[in-house]
Amino acid sequence: MAQITLKNLAHSYYPNPQSEQDYALKEMDHVWLDGGAYALLGSSGCGKTTLLNIISGLLRPSHGRVLFNDRDVTDAATAERNIAQVFQFPVVYDTMSVRDNLAFPLRNRGMDAAYIKARVDQIAQMIGMESMLQRKAQGLTADAKQKISLGRGMVREDVNAILFDEPLTVIDPHMKWELRTQLKQLHREFGHTMIYVTHDQTEALTFADKVVVMYDGRVVQMGTPEELFETPAHTFVGYFIGSPGMNFLDADVQGNRALLPGGESVDLGAEYAPASGKVQIGIRPEHAVLTDGAGLPLTINRIEDAGRHRILRGEVMGSPLNIVLPEGQPVGENARVAFTPAKINVYADDWRVAPLGRAA
Amino acid sequence: MDKTQNNKAWFLVLPVLVLVAFSAVIPLMTVVNYAFNDTFGNNQFFWAGLEWFDEMIHSSRLHEALGRQILFSAIILAIEVPLGIFVALNMPKKGFWSSFVLVVMSLPLLIPFNVVGTIWQIFGRTDIGLLGHTLAALGIDYNYTADVLDAWITVVVMDVWHWTSLVALLCYAGLQSIPQAYYQAAKIDQASRWAVFRYIELPKMSGVLLIAVLLRFMDSFMIYTEPFVVTGGGPGNATTFLSIDLVKMAVGQFDLGPAAAFSLMYFLVILLVSWVFYTVMTNMDRSASDIPEEL
Repeated sequence: MAQITLKNLAHSYYPNPQSEQDYALKEMDHVWLDGGAYALLGSSGCGKTTLLNIISGLLRPSHGRVLFNDRDVTDAATAERNIAQVFQFPVVYDTMSVRDNLAFPLRNRGMDAAYIKARVDQIAQMIGMESMLQRKAQGLTADAKQKISLGRGMVREDVNAILFDEPLTVIDPHMKWELRTQLKQLHREFGHTMIYVTHDQTEALTFADKVVVMYDGRVVQMGTPEELFETPAHTFVGYFIGSPGMNFLDADVQGNRALLPGGESVDLGAEYAPASGKVQIGIRPEHAVLTDGAGLPLTINRIEDAGRHRILRGEVMGSPLNIVLPEGQPVGENARVAFTPAKINVYADDWRVAPLGRAA
Repeated sequence: MDKTQNNKAWFLVLPVLVLVAFSAVIPLMTVVNYAFNDTFGNNQFFWAGLEWFDEMIHSSRLHEALGRQILFSAIILAIEVPLGIFVALNMPKKGFWSSFVLVVMSLPLLIPFNVVGTIWQIFGRTDIGLLGHTLAALGIDYNYTADVLDAWITVVVMDVWHWTSLVALLCYAGLQSIPQAYYQAAKIDQASRWAVFRYIELPKMSGVLLIAVLLRFMDSFMIYTEPFVVTGGGPGNATTFLSIDLVKMAVGQFDLGPAAAFSLMYFLVILLVSWVFYTVMTNMDRSASDIPEEL
């Protein structure tokens, strides 16, 4: 088990990267603590898999170093790093039985036969495939194959980290929950460092202690699910996390007030230093409240029923605004909207600005 | 579901039937006719029954040719298949060199059969051929026209030169279709190079490999042109394979009856072997298609 440090890490698939555009991964400095459960979250093509492959050693970064504990492994081969990785699509050895598939990583490392048998039985029980151990892997469903892949990833006890590259894409929703819960339990039990790549926020938020949000080759925020929700460090995190995502309104921030284009102003609940560039305020749909008198004028476009709550789609000062309405709340003709001051975040050029006298 | 039955559609197949009748069925029937009759010219035929078949089945000449044929096919399969796999594994996977190698590999396949024969016929000559002359200069007594072993070696090497590319190209196509994740997973599982070949590459190649074996078996079993040009079936009858023997019998000696019976049996043997291959292949396909292909 190891703490993983990324030092000035960057990667470009071009031999001579000229501009920042040429980098699949922009320079980053991060420490992934030993025994942490991390989720790498981001939309497709943001560099998640590139980062994962750099950590597992399948890809050599063009810039910077990778450290496991204090050891520099940048140039170490995958096998040397003692990492397990589960891929997006099931990789099974078709001609082997399920048992041999699970035993394969252990056998290749010359483990004792009795130990292998015990360990494989244990893993088979975990993934619910005890009854299929003698079957050939060929001809199994995609679900079953992916469970074998997961099992093969977890069969070694001494790994430095287990990496998952969107492993549940091919699994059906019911099974997804079950497997995710098992992974979580496994993490608590053995304390492996786990890195889980996904573009599904629910998956990320339920699996991980810390979620790493990536956008355009950059890690934009690394934090607990709560931090991502309450104080998104970047506008991308704001609208990627949450459903619907955060509302953003162009504003001019002066002291503790934000002036909106229509002449209205909003109380920010804290003092801000004058910001430059494109300044916006961000408010979660959950923290926007309908009122009868106070607040901003609101145009209601439509109301969607999402089951446990309703989502109001509207406009404020010409900008779209979503509000999550608690169950049973009536919507008046001339409703206005107010924001909970403490829940408002201020962004300059897409990055969050911390208020004065209050740390991020 | 109700489908409209319209048997008039069969008329559309008629032109093809006529064409096939002229090009295949009628000639084949002529052969059948010769196989069951004896003729002394003048287009007069006398019923011979199974006499020719009986004669051919018990002919030691045919037995020997069949023996040589099986040996030849076995040798070239034993060389070309492993060699083809080996070459495919070592071909560059992408970039300029991959295209370059592909073109070079295809060259032998594009050369007409009798030209291949001529090339090797000259190449092996001790007076003007590069290979023959070099061997002679090295003090090796090499003469494919006089020595049985030399003749066999020449014919086998020629076939390997001509056709290994086909096996290699098919295997290469099979290898290229393996998703990168398999190799990555193998690295993570610390699989040895041999294990990667045995458990990933070979299973994924098995489909194309079977096609390669089938094609090479059938082609080599029917081989005629190249050995005929190089050795003419000699020295003696040492490289007289089934086709060469058949042509000698039919065109050389004009023994049309026995030759016709011979060709029908030859045809049936190839048909039988092809059927076996076809059955094996479709069975493998069926067991493979049980798996929903996820990539």
